[in-house]
Amino acid sequence: MVFPGTWSDRDCAHAVLDVLQEPVRYIDHREQTVDDVDLVILPGGFSYGDYLRCGAIARFAPVMEAVADFAHRGGLVLGICNGFQILQEARLLPGALLRNASCEFRCEWVHLRVEQSNSAFTLDCRPGQVLRIPISHGEGNFFADADTLDALERNGQVVFRYCAVDARVTAESNPNGSLGNIAGISNAHGNVVGMMPHPERACEPLLGGDDGLILFRSAIRALTRVAV
Amino acid sequence: MRYRAEVFVTLKPVVNDPAGLTIRGGLHALGFASVTEVRAGKYLVLTLDERDAEQARARLDDMARQLLANAVIEDYRIELEPIGEPIAAGERSS
Repeated sequence: MVFPGTWSDRDCAHAVLDVLQEPVRYIDHREQTVDDVDLVILPGGFSYGDYLRCGAIARFAPVMEAVADFAHRGGLVLGICNGFQILQEARLLPGALLRNASCEFRCEWVHLRVEQSNSAFTLDCRPGQVLRIPISHGEGNFFADADTLDALERNGQVVFRYCAVDARVTAESNPNGSLGNIAGISNAHGNVVGMMPHPERACEPLLGGDDGLILFRSAIRALTRVAV
Repeated sequence: MRYRAEVFVTLKPVVNDPAGLTIRGGLHALGFASVTEVRAGKYLVLTLDERDAEQARARLDDMARQLLANAVIEDYRIELEPIGEPIAAGERSS
């Protein structure tokens, strides 16, 4: 998906097309349908300049109605960074992402603990597995009210938490102040996932690591499984 | 009637405000030790033509709920002031 101001679209396409050899097409924000694709990725960036709030304007792009229909029908949707913010503004995922507690833009490699392997993007992971993936954001501080947070935890919708290299979830490993060290969540069905870290930037050893590949591989397997 | 509306968008009291905390720290550094809290927010000014104040307020509430504020994290407050009759297209001087 490409909105004005999206900047990680080519990185996502590179990971899926060049690394995993799966066909990719760029979806323009003015399109009316996404029925011809199996998986929609909302990449990172600063859609519409992130005016008013991150993702607030992108939510009204013509294509977002089609994305909502696609998601409600069980289509796989991955929102990365700004894409996560857009999915929350569109109410396809709960909560909101506030300014980092440090007020700083954080661009660094972090460790993520995979909390569950039920979502379409973590099928190939085992719970407790640690992934090394970079973040790059100024507003990734996950917030939800107490009831929402409780429901997310209870339903196993917390997909990733920031952690130390040994999988311990600590205050020091939390780069932005997110409640519960939450780095990524899913909807109740597990077909929509939003995350602040950038798996598409961790798909080749040359780029510093390939732990991000497992998310895309999981999605491909989820799609194959549905098709059979 | 033409109205001028001021919309104040603030983080809910339960939401941590790191920008406000940083500004408070700056004020303390300048010697303004009496400041116990700063909450940062957004200030929007809208000019709109509506039948009456009641309708203007209802429309602004809709705008705030749908776009101007995110109810998950933000509250909003609206102040409304009439500023005269709308100028019809033909009456505009060039």
